[in-house]
Amino acid sequence: MDPVIFLIQCLNAVQYGLLLFLVASGLTLIFGIMGIINLAHGSFYMIGAYMAFALGPLVEQYVGGGFITTLLACVILSAILGYFLEWAFYSYLYHRDHLQQVLMTYGLILVFEELRSIIIDNDVHGVDTPSWLSGAISLGDIMTYPTYRLFISVVCLVVAGLLYWLLTHTRLGMMIRAGASNRDMINSLGIDINRLFRIVFALGVALAAFAGAIAAPVSSVYPGMGHSILIICFVVVVIGGIGSIKGAFVAAMLIGFVDTFGQVLFPQAAGVLVYVMMAAILLFKPEGLFKQG
Amino acid sequence: MHSSIRNFILPLLLFVVTALLPLVTSEYYTALIVKIMIYSLFALSLQLLVGCTGLISLGHAAFFGISAYAVTLLSPEYESGNLLWMLPVSIGIAMVYALITGALSLRTKGVYFIMVTLAFAQMAYYVFHDTKIGGGSDGIYLYVRPEFRIGDWVILNLDNAYVFYMFVLVCLTFTWVFLAMLMRSRFGAALTGILVNEQRMRAAGFSTFGYKLTAYIIASGLGGLAGILYAAKDGYVNPELMNWEQSGLVLLMVILGGMGRLSGAVIGTITLILLQEIFQSQALFGEFAVHWHLTFGLAIIILVALMPKGLIGLPEQLRARRRSSAGSPAAH
Repeated sequence: MDPVIFLIQCLNAVQYGLLLFLVASGLTLIFGIMGIINLAHGSFYMIGAYMAFALGPLVEQYVGGGFITTLLACVILSAILGYFLEWAFYSYLYHRDHLQQVLMTYGLILVFEELRSIIIDNDVHGVDTPSWLSGAISLGDIMTYPTYRLFISVVCLVVAGLLYWLLTHTRLGMMIRAGASNRDMINSLGIDINRLFRIVFALGVALAAFAGAIAAPVSSVYPGMGHSILIICFVVVVIGGIGSIKGAFVAAMLIGFVDTFGQVLFPQAAGVLVYVMMAAILLFKPEGLFKQG
Repeated sequence: MHSSIRNFILPLLLFVVTALLPLVTSEYYTALIVKIMIYSLFALSLQLLVGCTGLISLGHAAFFGISAYAVTLLSPEYESGNLLWMLPVSIGIAMVYALITGALSLRTKGVYFIMVTLAFAQMAYYVFHDTKIGGGSDGIYLYVRPEFRIGDWVILNLDNAYVFYMFVLVCLTFTWVFLAMLMRSRFGAALTGILVNEQRMRAAGFSTFGYKLTAYIIASGLGGLAGILYAAKDGYVNPELMNWEQSGLVLLMVILGGMGRLSGAVIGTITLILLQEIFQSQALFGEFAVHWHLTFGLAIIILVALMPKGLIGLPEQLRARRRSSAGSPAAH
C-alpha cells in the first residue's frame, strides 16, 4: 500500500476508534456502575446527532454562537435528558434482571425512534461543516487531510483524556470506580448512591450524544443511525471487558483499525471482519481483554 | 384421570378448532393466524433456550433469516422447489451456523452471552445486507411456493392456501409436542438443572457445555423451520428478517408470555402480534396509526413493568396481591 494512503487510513482509523470509544465508554460505565444493560444507548448517539442538526440554525440565530456553541448545547441538553431519563425510567430497573432491562430499553428505542420521526422526519440530512473547519490541511509536504476529521480526532482525544482524568484523579471518579468494583461497599460507605447513579447516567448519555453531534457533519443524520453504533459498541464492550474503560479504549481502537483497513483491503468482507475478530478474541479470552474484578 | 383428560383433550380440541377456523373467517384473519402460528413456532424455539435452559439469546433471528434465505436461494427461479430435500438442507444450514457461533458464544455467560449472540446475528445480517448473495438490502423473491414431491408425484402442494395453513399448523403442533417430550426426557431434566444451578450440574458430572450447545442447535433448527415457513408465506425475504429488532421481538414474546412454559411463548406471541395489529389499525387510531411504534414501545414498557412474571404468571400475581391486601388491615 502506498505509504501516504496508509497514513491517511491510519488517521481515519484513529478518528473512528476515538468516536467509538466515546459512545462505548458511556455504555460500559452505565453497565459497570449501575448494572443496567442499556439497549437504548445507541439512541443517545442518534439524539446527539439530530440535536446538532436541529439546534445548529437555532443557535446561530438566537445565541449567535457557531459550531462549538452548538456542540456545548448538545452536551448540556443531553446530560439533562439523561438525568431526567434516569429518574423517570432507569431508576426502576436496578433491581430487575437483565431480561427485563433488555425489554424495557428495547421499548425505549421504539419510543425514541418514533419521537424522532414525529419531531423531525424520516429523511437523511446533511449537517454543514463549520467554515473554519472545512477544507483540508497539509501535513508535511506529501499529503493533505480533511481538517474536520482531524478536529474530531483531537477533540475526542481531549474528551477521552478528560474522562480519564475524571475517573482517576477526582473524588467523583474515585466513587465511580469504587461503585464499578463493589456497589454494596460504596453504599455502605454512606455515599448517596442514587445521586451518583444519576450523574453517571447523565455522563454516559452526554458522551454518546457528544459523539453523535461531532460526527454528524461527516456521517450525516439518518433514521436508525443509533442501531448500527449500538451493536458495534456491544462488540467494543465485549472485547474490552465489561466495565473496563481501558478495555473499551483498546477495543475501540482495534475495531477502528480493523474496520477502516478492512474496507480498503477487503471491501466485500468489511461488514463481517469486526465480528470475526470478536470471535477470535473470545476464543482465547471469553471475558474480554481487560476483565473487571 | 382428570388432569390427563385436560392434557390430551384440550390440545386436541384446540387443534381441531384452529384447523377449522379458515373455513369460517375471512382471508385477512386466516393470514393473521398463519403469521401468529409461524411466530409462535419461532418463539417456542427460543423458549427452549431462554425459559428452559436460562440462555438469553438476543440473536435468534439469525437462524430464522438464514433458513429463510437458504430455502429461497435453493428454489429454482420459476418452478417450485422440492421441500423433501430443501427443508432438511435449509434447516441444516442454520444448525451448522449455530454449531459454530454457539460453540463460541457459549464460552461466555450472562450479559456477555446476550451481547455476543446479538453481535453474531448482526454479522449474519451484514453478510446478506452488504453482499450480492441474496440481492443485498433489497432481498429476493420466492416466486413459486415449494412443494413436497417424490419424482413427479406431488405429495403436498403448498400453493393451496388451506394446505399451507394446515402445514403450518402441523409444524407448530409438531414443535410443541417435540419440545414437551424433550423437556420430559433426561436431556430436558439436565437443561432444567442447568437453568437452576449450572455449577451444581457440573459438579454432578454433567458436561453442561455439551447440553447447552445441543439445546442451542435444536433451537436454531426449529427457528430455521419458522423462517422457512415465513419465506413460503410471503414469497419474499430480506435482511431485516435477521435484524436485531426481530430478535428483540421474539425475545419479547417469550418474556411477555412467561418464561419456562411452552404455552407462555404462544400466549406472548398472540398478544404482541395482536397489539401490533391494533396499534397499526387506522380504524382505531386514525392518523396516529402511522406512529404505531410509539404506542407499541410504550405498551411494551408498561407491560414489562407491570408483569415481571409475564402473562402466564398474572393469575398468580393477582392472587398474591389479593392475599396480601386481605391480610393487611392497612388496606382497608
